[in-house]
Amino acid sequence: MTVATTTMTPAVPPQTATPAQPTGLWRIAWRQLRRNRLAMICLVILGVYTAIWLYAETVFWGARLRGVTPAYKVSNYDIRNQPPSAAHPLGTNYAGRDNLGQVIQGTRIAFEIGLLTSVIVIPLGFVLGAAAGYFGRKVDTVVVYLYSIVDSVPPILLILAIAYVVRGAIDRSPVFQTVTQYIDSGLLAVCFGMGFTGWVSLCRLIRAEYLKHRERQYVLAARALGVSNAAIMFRHILPNVSHLIIINFSLRFPGLILTEAVLSYLGVGVANEPSWGAIINDAKQRLWLGNWWELAGATAAMFFLVLALNLFGDALRDALDPKLRTAEAKTA
Amino acid sequence: MGAYIIRRLLSVVPITLGVLLITFFLFRVLGGNPAYRIAGKNATAARIAQISHERGYDKPLFLNFQDFPRSLLDAQFPRLCAQLARLDFGESLSTKQRVSTMLRQGFVPSLCVTVPLFVIELVLAITFALLAAYFRDTWLDRGLVVVSVMGMSISTLVYIMVAQYWLASEWRLFPVWGFEGPYYLVLPVLIGVVAGVGGSVRFYRTVMLDEMFQEYVRTARAKGVPQQTILFRHVLRNAMIPILTNVIIAIPFLYTGALLLENFFGIPGLGRMTVTALFNGDEDVIFADVFIGSILFVIANVITDVAYTWADPRIRLR
Repeated sequence: MTVATTTMTPAVPPQTATPAQPTGLWRIAWRQLRRNRLAMICLVILGVYTAIWLYAETVFWGARLRGVTPAYKVSNYDIRNQPPSAAHPLGTNYAGRDNLGQVIQGTRIAFEIGLLTSVIVIPLGFVLGAAAGYFGRKVDTVVVYLYSIVDSVPPILLILAIAYVVRGAIDRSPVFQTVTQYIDSGLLAVCFGMGFTGWVSLCRLIRAEYLKHRERQYVLAARALGVSNAAIMFRHILPNVSHLIIINFSLRFPGLILTEAVLSYLGVGVANEPSWGAIINDAKQRLWLGNWWELAGATAAMFFLVLALNLFGDALRDALDPKLRTAEAKTA
Repeated sequence: MGAYIIRRLLSVVPITLGVLLITFFLFRVLGGNPAYRIAGKNATAARIAQISHERGYDKPLFLNFQDFPRSLLDAQFPRLCAQLARLDFGESLSTKQRVSTMLRQGFVPSLCVTVPLFVIELVLAITFALLAAYFRDTWLDRGLVVVSVMGMSISTLVYIMVAQYWLASEWRLFPVWGFEGPYYLVLPVLIGVVAGVGGSVRFYRTVMLDEMFQEYVRTARAKGVPQQTILFRHVLRNAMIPILTNVIIAIPFLYTGALLLENFFGIPGLGRMTVTALFNGDEDVIFADVFIGSILFVIANVITDVAYTWADPRIRLR
């Protein structure tokens, strides 16, 4: 349906386009999403998580800018390993830190990982995929070769190797000192690892779309008018495929959160901040003492976010581009 | 078709070279001189120089221009490639064993976990997916989808920790740790299946549903073919292409093992070996691993293409 409307309107210059047509892609998608009760519940959950994330950022930066230890990091050994109570709804951990505060900070880390990884994935995957699909021939061969290489290594091993090596390099290099003052070097390394492996799925998707779109009439018309390749790629075709980036992001985000936990267990995760993976990994030893609350808190926080993202991503995909269903492979 | 297969198999050379190049770049260029990692924190400069010399880390990285035409390839990367091309995988730094021996010993335990895991998960996933597609838009379908998505929203770590603690340690239903008999594999495989089946069900269900709305299904239904026959004879066969792609591409990765399960349950497989090697700076193991992995990957890709012609006779390989 989307495709049909885009083919019918060939390259109208943006200035003359009538603002906010009532039957735009996003409007139709939103109308369909609003009818989907499950998607709306997920959207509310995502809104709550976003609010928690922003709150966690203020706590973190408030303490960082004033140069004090944030409350969630202050240890109090008198109340260590306490089960849930009114004062500490999720109990306390081995250092007597409030578990709820830790889980809230974990939300911040999860969102930061999602955003930072996308800073690598979206430009890389998009530009390579668009160039491969649009130019074809040699450019395509090179891009396909590049992602075949990434594909032929088990993803978790490649992420692990990149994260491990990059972290060492970041810690050694003086250039990164200013950056790691504000962003945890482990977090940066994890994002590098997941970013340089995660672009492949987006690249494939975008490449396939550009392959289709470059044959369309509106592209031909633009080319006949002498529009440059870059302008056709970014100004004419991009708006027709930009929804794919959002779908890809919402379906990739949950995978990132789960992978971060695995990386934390394997010892290359976020180092000095309580990510959910780090909390779960810490909880491992004390689960054997019967301290279930540490594990439960982080797991529940992770579960609802990943669940909401998965379900909402599905609904978004169905609303924006129903043909995409099988194009997305299952998550690892 | 023969020419096609040979041409595709030849792509093993660029792919393997690319994979080695990335690994090499990570461990030798970005990671710095590996001698520092090997020698440990308190090594003297002399010791570092000695290790560098022994293992050739003091040579140029890619090409050697010191004695121009003659020793051009006497550099780290060409030497590594030549060594692997001779199928000489070198020696592990930490265990002093031949890497080929380690790989031989490691791949059996890995496959003991991953093969049953893979087969059971696949059979279950396709069964549930067919069920969901057959009863689509009923409570059964919705229930299956919701349970699948919920299942894939829990970290594998949590599945393992909870199962190991309650099922194995508290209730003593399974051994907690070790690799001493088939019974030791039951819990790891079970956890792997539970953790992975949700995603697979969801994927295969969309594959099936895509076929469900094709015109041939409508025609079959119009002429009175029973639902089951439509599902098994028409839909499943036509859904074979995405299923095959997904299945065959996963096969090479079986050999690298289930990293988390091996770590938690003390299974001496390749996954555990690779991670240990990574942290010990034991590069020979890593290079051997990615080398074999990329070859298997190319072979699996060719098999997928051949399998397409079997699943769909309209496809011709040229």
